[in-house]
Amino acid sequence: MSTVNEKIASHRNSWRFGDFGGRFVPETTMNALIDLEAGFTGAMSDPSFKEELSHWLKNYSGRPTALTFAKRLTEYAGGAKIYLKREDLNHTGAHKINNALGQALLAKRMGKTKLIAETGAGQHGVATATVAALFGLDCEIFMGEEDVKRQQLNVFRMELLGARVVPVKSGTRTLKDATNEALRRWVAEIDHTFYLIGSAVGPHPYPLMVKEFQRVISEEAREQILKRENRLPTDVVACVGGGSNAIGVFAAFLEDREVRLHGVEAAGRGLSTGLHAASLSKGEPGVLHGMYSYFLQDKHGQVTPAHSISAGLDYPGVGPEHAYLHETGRVRYTAVTDQEAIEAVKLLCQTEGILPALESAHAIWEGVQLARQRESQDLVLINLSGRGDKDVETIHKALG
Amino acid sequence: MNRLEGALERKAEYLIPYIMCGDPDLEMTREIIRILAEEGVLAIELGVPFSDPVADGPVIQAAGERALKNRVTLNQVLELGKKVREDGIDVPLILFSYANPVFHFGMERLVHEAVAHGFDGIIVPDLPYEESVPLRRRGSEAGLSVISLVAPTSRERIKDIVSSAQGFVYCVSSLGTTGMRREFSEQTETFLDTVRMLSPVPTAIGFGISGREHVEHFLDHADAVVVGSALVQKIEKLLPYLADPAQRENALAQLRQFVRGLKSE
Repeated sequence: MSTVNEKIASHRNSWRFGDFGGRFVPETTMNALIDLEAGFTGAMSDPSFKEELSHWLKNYSGRPTALTFAKRLTEYAGGAKIYLKREDLNHTGAHKINNALGQALLAKRMGKTKLIAETGAGQHGVATATVAALFGLDCEIFMGEEDVKRQQLNVFRMELLGARVVPVKSGTRTLKDATNEALRRWVAEIDHTFYLIGSAVGPHPYPLMVKEFQRVISEEAREQILKRENRLPTDVVACVGGGSNAIGVFAAFLEDREVRLHGVEAAGRGLSTGLHAASLSKGEPGVLHGMYSYFLQDKHGQVTPAHSISAGLDYPGVGPEHAYLHETGRVRYTAVTDQEAIEAVKLLCQTEGILPALESAHAIWEGVQLARQRESQDLVLINLSGRGDKDVETIHKALG
Repeated sequence: MNRLEGALERKAEYLIPYIMCGDPDLEMTREIIRILAEEGVLAIELGVPFSDPVADGPVIQAAGERALKNRVTLNQVLELGKKVREDGIDVPLILFSYANPVFHFGMERLVHEAVAHGFDGIIVPDLPYEESVPLRRRGSEAGLSVISLVAPTSRERIKDIVSSAQGFVYCVSSLGTTGMRREFSEQTETFLDTVRMLSPVPTAIGFGISGREHVEHFLDHADAVVVGSALVQKIEKLLPYLADPAQRENALAQLRQFVRGLKSE
């Protein structure tokens, strides 16, 4: 692994988390990123921007989301008390809307008239189409041709919201290639178009920006659990694809050194099968989508396809801050299989009456294992990043 | 001074063709390089296929996918450079690769191997000025020119980019990806003139240049012209004939005519 031993980072440390991150994009994109960074920094130091964002989070998405004590799941695990941060209760059914609202407001503030986005299963596409409709912006969503076929209903949802869905026919015809195509389109229309990236990935400042817009998850959760239990959680657990819900639920706890943080990647059919999406567990450092991070790739540096039953985790890379937190050891990263995730869906449905998204089910599984190992006075906080209505067909097939 | 810098100084040629290595196969690429060299070009860009070519339009993406199906690697492209030199061809060779295969190979190792295999320059389209500092340092130590790109959107960045340019400065004609364009905005000329005025090294224009008309026009505003997608598309159209031993000679002759047609004599 020559990449690990060779310092590829240049002097711009503000673009990075340790060595990871950066701005590995064609020159044509550089000034747009510089403008975006300036726009973002300006917005975040402007109280009126934060006020407007809070307004929409509260009155449109329904924040703060609940913190639910999972009593019967706790009894089932027989260890620590399990709490669920209910991002599934957001408008559009997942945490994605937090970031979509933030970036769309920034796009408006920067005078952009059109949003573009990549989507895998369609969740981020739906969130983007939603905020585009809300703020009266044009919207174009890039989606791999394979995903378009698999997710007809979400395609229809996006179109119903007024977005144009562009099937991407290059490469593996999935999320990775949809991201490439969105980057290409952005470069071509850079004057009036805002690229709304859905995960904590991409060139600087995207990973930082997505983290700041998702930070609300852990800010609320930290306050809620302190109020309820008068202490911090022992463990915080989240699933990791690109890693936006995870970085959101970790952010406010990063400085609380006693809080153990766990990121759960998709082990797909199993880490030894090669059919997984565990870039931190099984990948290597490399450069894709504008960032230096961990990716699934072959020995020549060609990016290889990911596999997960959960479309939202089906991405061959991970956000650069997770790569950094992995290397520093601040966060423990592990992986959960398709089969275990399906079990966790059933378990949460039957103990708590909550149908989790397949992505979130990975975190549920790991959270239950952790709770088992902990004492009864310990607290395990699981980020329930989305609801599972979108996955009913997949779950049905897997159990059928 | 490497072959590229020498050729730029002589100003004898101005055309820089780009081809995707291994499309249709590496032996044919070697043959195409010979034809290009015989027709007289300033340098040849040799594309290394990559799974995620974000700077490329549909034509070069498709060529890259074909080359990847043939399992073409950076290592094999380096070997190709060596064979070209063994063929007695002296035209400057420029390696064109995305960052990930380069980092995976190892930057330090790559710059030395590239020079040892007969390459004179390298273009990494997803390494902008700030991120190319380590590669540029290693390139100048090894004698490999690391070519920098500037874009119409580069604005105040142009000065910094050209001040540390090696070989020539690659001016991206317009926004978007590689691929043929019918027309260019008038601002393209202003942009090219600005870069040329500021740059201590020669300039080349690329992205969208597809015919003799473009070549002739832009030679008033740049020292060299890169033709990629148009040539790659010509090769794509000739693929069935290149694959057929009975028609190969004729197909290569057509390719030669195409290259001749690009040059304004």
